[in-house]
Amino acid sequence: MPESSELRMVVCIKQVPKAEQLKIDPVKKTLVREGVESEINPSDLHALEMALQLKDKHGGSLLALSMGPPRFIQALETAIGMGADEGILLSDRALGGSDTLPTSHALSKAVEHLGDFDIIFCGEETTDSSTGHVGPGMAANLDLPQLTYVVEVEVRDGHVRAKRAVEDGFEVWETTLPLVITVNHGCNHPREPTLLGKIKARTIGIIDDVNADDVGLDKEKIGLSGSPTVVDKIETVELPDRSGRIYSGEAREAVTKLLDDLEAEGII
Amino acid sequence: MDRFDVIVIGAGPAGSSAAYSLAKEGFSVLLIERGKFPGSKNVFGGRIYTYPLKRLFPEDWREAPIERYVVQENISMLSGDTAVTVQYDSLRTGSSRVNSFTAIRLKFDKWLAKRAGEVGAMVITGTRVDDLLVSNGTVFGVRAGGDEVKANVIIAADGVASIFAQKAGIRPELIPKEISVGVKETIKLTKKRIEDRFNVGEKEGVANAYIGQVTNFLRGGGFLYTNKDSVSLGVVVQSEDLSSHRTEIQELMERFKLHPSIQKYIEGGKVVEYSAHMIPELGTRMIPRPYANGFLAVGDAAGFVLSHGYTYRGVDLAILSGMAAAETVKAARAVNDYSAGSLSRYLHDLRSHGVLSELEEFGRTPSFLGNPRIYSAYPQLLCGILNRMYTVDGGKKEKMFHIAKEEMKGKISLMQLMKDLLGGTRSM
Amino acid sequence: MSRAKKSKGVMVFIEFRRDHIRRGSIQLIGEGRRIADILGVKLSGALLGHGVKKYAKEAIQYGLDKVHLVEHPILASYAASPYSKVMVELVEKYKPEIMLLAATKNGRELGGRFYVHLQTGLAADCTAFRVSKGKNLVMIRPAFGGKSLAHIMCKKTRPQMATARPNVFTEPERDPKRKGRIIKENVKLGPEDVDAKMVQFIAHMEDEATRLADADVIVAGGHGIRKADTFGTLQELADVLGGTVGGSRKVVDLRWLSKDRQVGQTGKTVRPNVYVAIGISGAVQHLAGMQESEKIVAINNDPEAEIFKIADFGIVGDLFEIVPEMIRQIKERRPAKEPT
Ligand SMILES: Cc1cc2nc3c(=O)[nH]c(=O)nc-3n(C[C@H](O)[C@H](O)[C@H](O)COP(=O)(O)OP(=O)(O)OC[C@H]3O[C@@H](n4cnc5c(N)ncnc54)[C@H](O)[C@@H]3O)c2cc1C
Ligand SMILES: Cc1cc2nc3c(=O)[nH]c(=O)nc-3n(C[C@H](O)[C@H](O)[C@H](O)COP(=O)(O)OP(=O)(O)OC[C@H]3O[C@@H](n4cnc5c(N)ncnc54)[C@H](O)[C@@H]3O)c2cc1C
Ligand SMILES: Cc1cc2nc3c(=O)[nH]c(=O)nc-3n(C[C@H](O)[C@H](O)[C@H](O)COP(=O)(O)OP(=O)(O)OC[C@H]3O[C@@H](n4cnc5c(N)ncnc54)[C@H](O)[C@@H]3O)c2cc1C
Repeated sequence: MPESSELRMVVCIKQVPKAEQLKIDPVKKTLVREGVESEINPSDLHALEMALQLKDKHGGSLLALSMGPPRFIQALETAIGMGADEGILLSDRALGGSDTLPTSHALSKAVEHLGDFDIIFCGEETTDSSTGHVGPGMAANLDLPQLTYVVEVEVRDGHVRAKRAVEDGFEVWETTLPLVITVNHGCNHPREPTLLGKIKARTIGIIDDVNADDVGLDKEKIGLSGSPTVVDKIETVELPDRSGRIYSGEAREAVTKLLDDLEAEGII
Repeated sequence: MDRFDVIVIGAGPAGSSAAYSLAKEGFSVLLIERGKFPGSKNVFGGRIYTYPLKRLFPEDWREAPIERYVVQENISMLSGDTAVTVQYDSLRTGSSRVNSFTAIRLKFDKWLAKRAGEVGAMVITGTRVDDLLVSNGTVFGVRAGGDEVKANVIIAADGVASIFAQKAGIRPELIPKEISVGVKETIKLTKKRIEDRFNVGEKEGVANAYIGQVTNFLRGGGFLYTNKDSVSLGVVVQSEDLSSHRTEIQELMERFKLHPSIQKYIEGGKVVEYSAHMIPELGTRMIPRPYANGFLAVGDAAGFVLSHGYTYRGVDLAILSGMAAAETVKAARAVNDYSAGSLSRYLHDLRSHGVLSELEEFGRTPSFLGNPRIYSAYPQLLCGILNRMYTVDGGKKEKMFHIAKEEMKGKISLMQLMKDLLGGTRSM
Repeated sequence: MSRAKKSKGVMVFIEFRRDHIRRGSIQLIGEGRRIADILGVKLSGALLGHGVKKYAKEAIQYGLDKVHLVEHPILASYAASPYSKVMVELVEKYKPEIMLLAATKNGRELGGRFYVHLQTGLAADCTAFRVSKGKNLVMIRPAFGGKSLAHIMCKKTRPQMATARPNVFTEPERDPKRKGRIIKENVKLGPEDVDAKMVQFIAHMEDEATRLADADVIVAGGHGIRKADTFGTLQELADVLGGTVGGSRKVVDLRWLSKDRQVGQTGKTVRPNVYVAIGISGAVQHLAGMQESEKIVAINNDPEAEIFKIADFGIVGDLFEIVPEMIRQIKERRPAKEPT
């Protein structure tokens, strides 16, 4: 039974290369993309879970929205598998090369195009370029309150109470619907997609034919031309060369050797 | 949507072939795989016979992720650090009659499932089917997590450790003593090294089998297949023999890799994959009636696999049985009857697809493998003979026949040797 | 968005929290000073609050030329919307060519909001800045979990905005004699500008005496320690080494350790003399916070663990055996060590 009025929610999700599989080609010094699996950006899964919990409690609807190439459909299918009602992919060549400014602009326009929402969820940041700009950027575009790094949220009669993780503790904030929430990584346990959920995703399909014109984007304001920043170059981080004296075997001996080393270095 | 015409459990070669054949005929098919993607649980590289693939995809079977066409097969008997090899050169590439190829299952299974998806089967990965839905002896659906999905026919293609053939009551539990254990490594080399070391052309490869020393003369053997830029190397031993001889399979594998006749191939290579498996018993053991009300079993789940102790054949039979099952379901749809009686024509379809004849033919020669001489006496014997022949020790050179007779004295008759060898190679 | 030519100067957002200017902001005054000097321009601060003039003076002593002081009851404590509105007004009025904020959580969400109204570029969480030949700012930031550094530039629009990671830039000396102008700014803010309110703060108690940032030795625990109690043993090791304890995000998320002790991309960046990583796998986000440590010691039972790749010393083995053994042997070696 929904305990209060139903919530209309949208979660923005991005598909990213699996963080632990990211490697730098030792010769070419570029990112190895081949053979790297992709996944839903981890904090977006936490955002989905937070939204699904609200949906379980209050009823309502949940859309998953992504902007990117057609392969992002995978991520949207997973979102439906977990319980989202629909998946929408905003996909257009003209969007390629967008930095965070046009990204939040385009996503905001897409949200407006899709209807009225009570809560727009984002993850705190992505694991690939990790700016964390998109959530606040959407709030600015849509002129909505924003609560970032949220770990818990409650909604009652249009009022929102949320706990936000900051460096030195938690803050509890109050505001009203509608708003933008960015969700803190690790704050909940995202559910697994179910069989019926996956079947549903395949059956209803992903709405993947939404393009820049459909949501009323000005081509000047998106893509490379609409991006104030450019990635001028990417340089590989050379980790400091460490001597790497690693011992194994019997604990006592290994510890003795390690402590001898530390003593020789004047550490103990 | 919680109802399909057919649900196939497991996207191995058997399941994907069945799903492909059915979807192409307009059935609504749900193919469920527990792995992250089809093939993710099948890490070994193997050798696959071509003919079923040609039958399934007459037009474009060559688009399959084929590593190399097998142009040479060797059986080596290892003893000490020597080896005696019987070599067969098969047809060269290009010939339309290439009869087998090597493949990396990870890629092969993925490709096959993709084909099923392309003709309309719904392929769901990352979901494990937990149970069958059964009522009054009729299977009518599957359960995964809290979800239930129904269908007219459920096809179990869940592989050698199939729990669903058991749940449907058509297969007894595996008895541990019938099981072998195997380990396998993929060793990365370069394309060029493979072609140089095995003396093969660009798309050509070899399939080697090893017996004798490789298992410490226990029942079982080793295999080596060449892929594009890696080799698949493995050892399989009867678990019963292993435990009674207190031998570790990993240790056998390590020693196998150090054997000069293997080392020369894999030197400088890097192990990129390692896996250990439980494998069905030696010989064949097919489920006599692989069907029930609303239920069919295909591939390994039905016991359609041939094991020679050291090499395996199952992918071809899996594909053929998947195709046969599709025929059966098609016929059942025509009469709208999915009872065991109606599905019993599966045996007929299996026969017409050649699955049964292969199994039966092989069934005639299992004694070859039960025969302990294969694993112990012969390798030692042969190597002994050759050793003496090629050892220059300042003494007088003996004649081959003389040496052989001496080595064989009281051990084995020449006739027996010839017969066993012929039987063995024929059943490869 | 304003044209590059008319914009001049470097502006730093001065963030305070309760009773102090945040260290990230102070560090940024130092870096802002360096950039302003290269460009030969003035360095200003933007200070928003209520009754915060003392911070304006302090900020000048760290190296600002002037402070734009915006005081209003609504600004007494930080909130994204009104702060964003005021920042937009300030930037549009003074047209700095560079606008910097500390990449604290508030700094990032504030920057991420108001740059949209300015329609300019924002580089996130930078760890270095350079000035290019064409006098553009090269904003350097770790990407792909710290495995590479991206050089971001914003040539077309002004200001060039960036948030900068705390504890990366060195804190400038405070010069009590330094003078600068404090310019009081008037803003119109009303209840309509308040869209969210902080109603409660739950502090993680940070023990000043054992702060990670100041520690010479950090003994850090990861998920491998299996339960919160193990931190007792790690604390003991820290005690004999004269250090303090920290941990990975996983142990913090599990509430085995307080948030102020998290090391990594979203926690603290530390550079102790010795960092002992125990049961930590070495995820890039963790490494981002500790790879600059003088010496790194790793204890992990997985020889393939990433952490060994950046360790100077280490033991492959079970931490539950090794840590107690370390404590025992260290005590043996230094029986008379006074407790600190
Ligand atoms: C190495 C590198 C560095 C970069 N640095 C910068 C920079 O400093 N400044 C800058 O402006 N741009 C930068 N970019 C460009 C930036 O990656 C893209 O603009 C991207 O579209 C969004 O940024 P993000 O991944 O950091 O998103 P974040 O802001 O970190 O994402 C936060 C949340 O927004 C939502 N979200 C983000 N993208 C999408 C999407 N495509 N679809 C749906 N939801 C989404 C998700 O909920 C996500 O969790 C950089 C790109 C690279 C490759
Ligand atoms: C070491 C070794 C080497 C071999 N070498 C060769 C060779 O060279 N050539 C050859 O032809 N044959 C070889 N075989 C035999 C061959 O692997 C099998 O005969 C063949 O894979 C059978 O195909 P299948 O589709 O029946 O089953 P499998 O390939 O085993 O596929 C079963 C699928 O079902 C999935 N599954 C299982 N349970 C569930 C569940 N509950 N829910 C959902 N999905 C499930 C599995 O993940 C798997 O993908 C070898 C076997 C072994 C062990
Ligand atoms: C946006 C974002 C931001 C993040 N920020 C941070 C951050 O700031 N800081 C951070 O730390 N992480 C951060 N993470 C998380 C990070 O990706 C890793 O998940 C995390 O660092 C892993 O923590 P861990 O090493 O403790 O755990 P694990 O990765 O689970 O590693 C546990 C280790 O313990 C070892 N082990 C287990 N048992 C034993 C034993 N008995 N003896 C010895 N060793 C044992 C294991 O071999 C393993 O290597 C972030 C992630 C994201 C997506």
